[in-house]
Amino acid sequence: MSDRRPDPVPDDAAVTGPPGTVEHVAEEHGTSLGKQALDRLRHDPLALVGLLLILGFVSVAVFAPWLAPYDPLDRPGQGVVTPTNIPGPSAEHWMGLDSLGRDELSRVIFGARQSLLVGVVSLLLGASVGIALGLLAGAFGGWVDAVVMRLTDMMLAVPGLLFAIGIAAVLGQSLLSVMVAIAVINVPIFVRLLRGSMLAQRNADYVVAVRSLGVRDRQVVLGHVLPNSLSPVIVQGTLTLATAIIDAAALSFLGLSGGDPGVPEWGRMLAETQRFLASAPHLAFFPGIAIVLAALGFTLLGESMREALDPKYRR
Amino acid sequence: MSGATVLGGEIGRPSTGEPLLQVRDLGVRFTRRGRAPVQAVDGVSFDVAAGRSVGLVGESGSGKSVTSLAVMGLLPPRGVEVTGSVRLDGTELLELDDAARRDLRGADMAMVFQDPMSSLNPVVQVGVQVTEVLRRHRGMGRAQARDEAADLLQRVGIPEPRRRLKDYPHQLSGGMRQRALIAMSLACEPRLLIADEPTTALDVTIQAQILDLLRELVVGTGTSLVLITHDLGVVAGLCDDVHVMYSGRIVESAGRRELFARPEHPYTGGLLASVPRLDAPRGEPLRPIPGSPTLTRPWGTGCAFEPRCTRSDDACVGDAPPLETVRGHGVRCVHPLGADTPAEETR
Repeated sequence: MSDRRPDPVPDDAAVTGPPGTVEHVAEEHGTSLGKQALDRLRHDPLALVGLLLILGFVSVAVFAPWLAPYDPLDRPGQGVVTPTNIPGPSAEHWMGLDSLGRDELSRVIFGARQSLLVGVVSLLLGASVGIALGLLAGAFGGWVDAVVMRLTDMMLAVPGLLFAIGIAAVLGQSLLSVMVAIAVINVPIFVRLLRGSMLAQRNADYVVAVRSLGVRDRQVVLGHVLPNSLSPVIVQGTLTLATAIIDAAALSFLGLSGGDPGVPEWGRMLAETQRFLASAPHLAFFPGIAIVLAALGFTLLGESMREALDPKYRR
Repeated sequence: MSGATVLGGEIGRPSTGEPLLQVRDLGVRFTRRGRAPVQAVDGVSFDVAAGRSVGLVGESGSGKSVTSLAVMGLLPPRGVEVTGSVRLDGTELLELDDAARRDLRGADMAMVFQDPMSSLNPVVQVGVQVTEVLRRHRGMGRAQARDEAADLLQRVGIPEPRRRLKDYPHQLSGGMRQRALIAMSLACEPRLLIADEPTTALDVTIQAQILDLLRELVVGTGTSLVLITHDLGVVAGLCDDVHVMYSGRIVESAGRRELFARPEHPYTGGLLASVPRLDAPRGEPLRPIPGSPTLTRPWGTGCAFEPRCTRSDDACVGDAPPLETVRGHGVRCVHPLGADTPAEETR
């Protein structure tokens, strides 16, 4: 009821006004709520910081071969490095050398690729299964809802990381099993979120209005309820990227990621560095900071998106 | 149903002798586990002849909106018992399955809701929402439906309809949105339109515009209208027949003129007396009906209006008063106002 402008005179006036006005009005036609949210995001400093971190992280991952001063598998420090003498940051090696004489900076840069890959794949997997199940539960209700919800309750009853360790261990040491494990623990989160937000929309005025026009149930759900229920899911997706990166690091820290041990991966780099923690703390510091910054970026953006998309903040 | 003059006479539908909408003994009861059931609507009967407009009047909680939702078949499937009979053009709606009722909704009967702010999907362009009905019921393709939608918006008085089709609801003013909703409801030229408080959420000036629109596009084209409102002024301007509801039942039914001139039920009388009048002397206090709608007596134990009624006595307690014909009005009262009040010249 905030909209109190008299009708339809101002609209008439605007569109029949001087040419400049017409253009301005024309521009405003078709401004979706999504665009409005984007506009709000642009003016949120935290969102910008988050976006900057994400952009940095993603471009480092994408352009790793051009950014890294050395090949991550090369050992320029071979012969110099001994277990008791691991040189720290220098002009030549900005993040120092690792225990095998490899350039730490290059390894951190290439590590971004692994983290991004695991994060995105496990998010896509987890979110699509979660959205499908949530849609089922929210659209059909009744016993379908009951079955799906009890299933998610069961999954949520097991602590996330422990669950992921279990799944990854069962599936065997591989990058894929890490991705699947992280996807699985995120499924119930998406299910509950989407179902809850669909239930909140189900009896909304516009849904009753659409039904009063005889629109079929499938179209009501897919064309009206779902689009209105997705914004918390989008926010959750962004936040999930952050936790997925952390979880991926945790799983490979525990030695569950398998694959070629030479391939740089932040979690594994941390694990390998444990023995040299006293003599070469920089080996723990840099991959650790990388994990924190990547996760922080997605968290900041996610939180800002939550505010930008929240109906409570809409005019 | 007295003196059935069909407005916009050239709309000649084969007369079956039966009214377009026939509601008989409609009851709606909400049942919830662990709570006493609530009888929201009880024994409501009324007819809407083709081309007539009928007002359902009552305050909040009198059951008028629930009645309209029951007629449309929009009540939730669980926790609601609907009894009685609702016939649209001879078809018993309460016996139809969901799919068949869905086919009728939007095509033969449509509804306009109270709050245009929330009755449009906020994340879908207006054009998509209008074309949806056309594609659903009239089997139109995308392009054809878009042209038709623009025509519809034009007809309900939305300037630059082509451009407006691309707009999202939040870009339209309240009046525009209600126009768009009316356009959607009239898209398939339904024979019956139910308007549930279509002007309540709007500014007074826009209220008048929307009522004009309804008068022109609904009453003027021979579409039957059920207008649900608490605003007697709206009824006076738009309806042929009026049913006054109180606490889930119809307490008085009459033609518009007869009702305004000679209210029989004390509740109707109270409603009319409580309307502020321009010709009243300055400083004259308003005359509200004492008490609030929550102060009712269950119909099973007498007249629901008895606790608030100035004419109540022992005769009002016991059995619910039956709906009787008194001087041409259907009245549910043992002490109708009748000759007591001098026939007031209204409007």
